[in-house]
Amino acid sequence: MSETTLGGIAGRMPKFIRRADPAVVTAFACILLLLLVGSLYSRSFLSPEYLLQQLKVASFLGVIATGMMLVVLLGQIDLSVPWAVATGAMMACAAAAYGSVGVAVAIPFGILCGVAIGIVNGIGVAYLRIPSMIITLATNAVAQGLMVVYTGGFSPQDSATAAMRYLATGFTIPGVPNAVIIWALIGAAMVFALTRTSFGRAVYGIGNRERAAYLSGVDTRRVVMIAFAVSGGLSAFGGVLLAGYASKAAQSMGDAYLLPSIAAVVLGGTSILGGRGSYLGTVAGVILITLLQSILSVMQMPEAGRQIIYGVVIVAMLLLYGRAPASR
Amino acid sequence: MRDWRYWLAEQRGTLLAFGIFIVMFAIYSANHPAGFTANVVQTAANKGVLLAFIAMAQTLVVITAGIDLSVGMIFTLTNCMASWLVIGTGLETALGLVAVLGTGLFCGAVNGAIVIYGRLQPIVATIATGAVYFGLALLLRPVPGGSVNEGLADFLTGRFFGVVPASLVALLVVVLVVWVPFSRSELGRAAYAAGSSETAAYMSGVPIRRGKFLAYTLAGLLAAIGGLFLTFFTYTGEAAYASGNAYTLFSIAAVVLGGVSLFGGKGSAIGAIFGALAFRTIGDLLFVFDFDPLWQPLFQGVILLIAVSLGAFALFRVRNRLEWFL
Repeated sequence: MSETTLGGIAGRMPKFIRRADPAVVTAFACILLLLLVGSLYSRSFLSPEYLLQQLKVASFLGVIATGMMLVVLLGQIDLSVPWAVATGAMMACAAAAYGSVGVAVAIPFGILCGVAIGIVNGIGVAYLRIPSMIITLATNAVAQGLMVVYTGGFSPQDSATAAMRYLATGFTIPGVPNAVIIWALIGAAMVFALTRTSFGRAVYGIGNRERAAYLSGVDTRRVVMIAFAVSGGLSAFGGVLLAGYASKAAQSMGDAYLLPSIAAVVLGGTSILGGRGSYLGTVAGVILITLLQSILSVMQMPEAGRQIIYGVVIVAMLLLYGRAPASR
Repeated sequence: MRDWRYWLAEQRGTLLAFGIFIVMFAIYSANHPAGFTANVVQTAANKGVLLAFIAMAQTLVVITAGIDLSVGMIFTLTNCMASWLVIGTGLETALGLVAVLGTGLFCGAVNGAIVIYGRLQPIVATIATGAVYFGLALLLRPVPGGSVNEGLADFLTGRFFGVVPASLVALLVVVLVVWVPFSRSELGRAAYAAGSSETAAYMSGVPIRRGKFLAYTLAGLLAAIGGLFLTFFTYTGEAAYASGNAYTLFSIAAVVLGGVSLFGGKGSAIGAIFGALAFRTIGDLLFVFDFDPLWQPLFQGVILLIAVSLGAFALFRVRNRLEWFL
């Protein structure tokens, strides 16, 4: 096993510079490179307003990628992100149509729907032992089916509540968008959970070897279940924020978040096989992906080119540092 | 045990899929307003064959204990290509066919190279390559359109002798030309062995890398054949993200229904074909029973969920709890 397992994670904080993960360093270097390229292209690229705007856009992906990271650390994957996002957004907007009570519970209700999707995933993965990519694809299809039936195949007419819009676009602290604060809070909670609680230890342990974690007395199935529920809830919360940002929900709003969320986690140095990775890397990955998207759209790259560059960049970065060990 | 009982045990998944398909198709055609006629069979065959090709492609990769989440995008890309190239005189059409199938092979080979020689996880690698293939498809067809050699298209989607759907014959030919030689070849056995236990296969000197690479490459080819047939059915090319994704998803459902183990090393493309036909028929049952088409995505999703949950029955055979964890 590599050094950055359980002991490495705990021991990293004080000796941060010395033990820095090469993947995280690479990711941050790529961010600087992108900023440099962007500033050559346009002067305003380095202005504080623009960077803050990027950070705000990044925070939606950041919230979603946080959940994805938790699942990837277990050595699993959550492919139900697209419709968990859409379900969260649509259900929150739908609840808003039911008077003042509905408006009050809109956000928790949206998140709860995502948690429900996550729990189905969790039951499938943890208790029925179905491979995660299969069961999450299936729940994604079911969530899509439910939303198609609910909306009649069109984008729903209900709009986001004032609270949702405030969370996504408002300012509590002058100059810092609320969405960024939310991402920071969720990120801090995740860092705490991963590095300071037994739950976090169990997550890393299961990611390394579930058998060993089980024999060490960890209720691995419950941990896996909770991780999937959290991932579903965070995806839905991301959807709620997105609905607040666009002030309504849309049919395929989540499709654009599956690949970026996986890419952000993996580019941030979290091993796709589980058990290894830090939240700092995920933050770097999220910012990297957002900047890449932003530069491509500033360059007025059409959708086709964006998809191609995206795929190529992800494969290239993975080949740089995401390879499995050579067999035997 | 006698030989035939071994055979039965080996083919159980395939036979089960065949049984499900027969029952579902009987219900379907019995309740179809037009009844069991050559027309109904032809339409059903044309729809089913598309998914059958994609399911075969998925089977090849799943047998090696991998997964190809880009099959739907290769299918979309080759559809868009065929709408440009498979047209004109006989020679031009033939060259176009070669180009389209070659593209499929190439896409599959890229997947294989990245997964096997690049040592990346198949899930992430094929999601990423799928994005590239979809981007290329969008480049070719920003808006739906194009056309295809209609003579060839009508020939391959019509009927032979007035009764036999031509698409089914084409499927049979592909099985005989691609699947049967593959599964009986040394490299085909290597693909199975790699899926069953890669370490053991490696230790026994089985050419697992070449076997897996061939499986991924042929998967690309089969997806391209599917894309070609989609063009023959629709006469156009369209870079539809949702449809490409749906085919990837359904291919997994078909593979599971067809008795192919997602852990690799077990199952056959024949089973996956019947799985695909059964899945399509189940999806279409809604129409003959006059349900609102809006319910179809949910219905198919639930079938998929049930199909993948069936694998959980294996848990009842587990005696030692440690076997929960692979």
